[in-house]
Amino acid sequence: MSSGTPLGQVLGHGSAKSGTGHWWAQRLSAVALLPLGLWFIFALASRGDLSRAAWLAFIALPWHAVALALFLLALLYHSYLGVQVVVEDYVHDRPLKVATLIMSGFVHATAAAAGLFAILRIAFRAAT
Amino acid sequence: MNERPLSPFLVYRFMYTMVLSFAHRMTGVFMTVGALLLVYGLLALAGDAATFEQARVFFRHWAVQLLMLGLTVSFFFHLSNGVRHLFWDIGWGFEKHQARRSGWWVVISTLVLTVAALWMAVCGGRGV
Repeated sequence: MSSGTPLGQVLGHGSAKSGTGHWWAQRLSAVALLPLGLWFIFALASRGDLSRAAWLAFIALPWHAVALALFLLALLYHSYLGVQVVVEDYVHDRPLKVATLIMSGFVHATAAAAGLFAILRIAFRAAT
Repeated sequence: MNERPLSPFLVYRFMYTMVLSFAHRMTGVFMTVGALLLVYGLLALAGDAATFEQARVFFRHWAVQLLMLGLTVSFFFHLSNGVRHLFWDIGWGFEKHQARRSGWWVVISTLVLTVAALWMAVCGGRGV
């Protein structure tokens, strides 16, 4: 039994064979973000009024720096995948769709590089 | 061709579960702004005292505070509803009455987690 459209059955290309990877990456980053996100938001909520020195000391602790870096990367990866799905579903004009996806990729990659650089700078500056 | 399913907006009557479903995407896209705010905060912290002070003034602004409250609610909603999605992914809770009941649990969980974070933010700010 095939469940494809009549045209799809005649052409017989099968699936695009690339959907599962996206789906799985989205779920995997979601599971990673459960503990990381809860840690981040409660750490942020309970420390909103810290001084600059106290913030630097908090982030410079090795496990805090690692957890924050993992959170940032998982967050931006999950965000990129999610935005991609929404754009693909709701933007129907093809040039606009492709341009939006490219822009989204650049913005997410820049944010990841900048955020990671900031975390490492804070962590390594404190170590010396 | 005539027996193919109709689009949801043609056959469904309104249910609150539809709001939850769309809100999952809305909060997800909205939180991309939060990710960029996080990167801005990290960069300001990695800079000197002046950039930190600038960021402190920015994050203290009532409009940004309101934005962050919205981001907090979005975060806990997306997290709670995301767990619901993960359960669906492993095949649990697909029955209509189960999906409706878990929808209410998402709302309750969002409220409880948001109140907990706000409580921590208020008490943490006073050094408790």
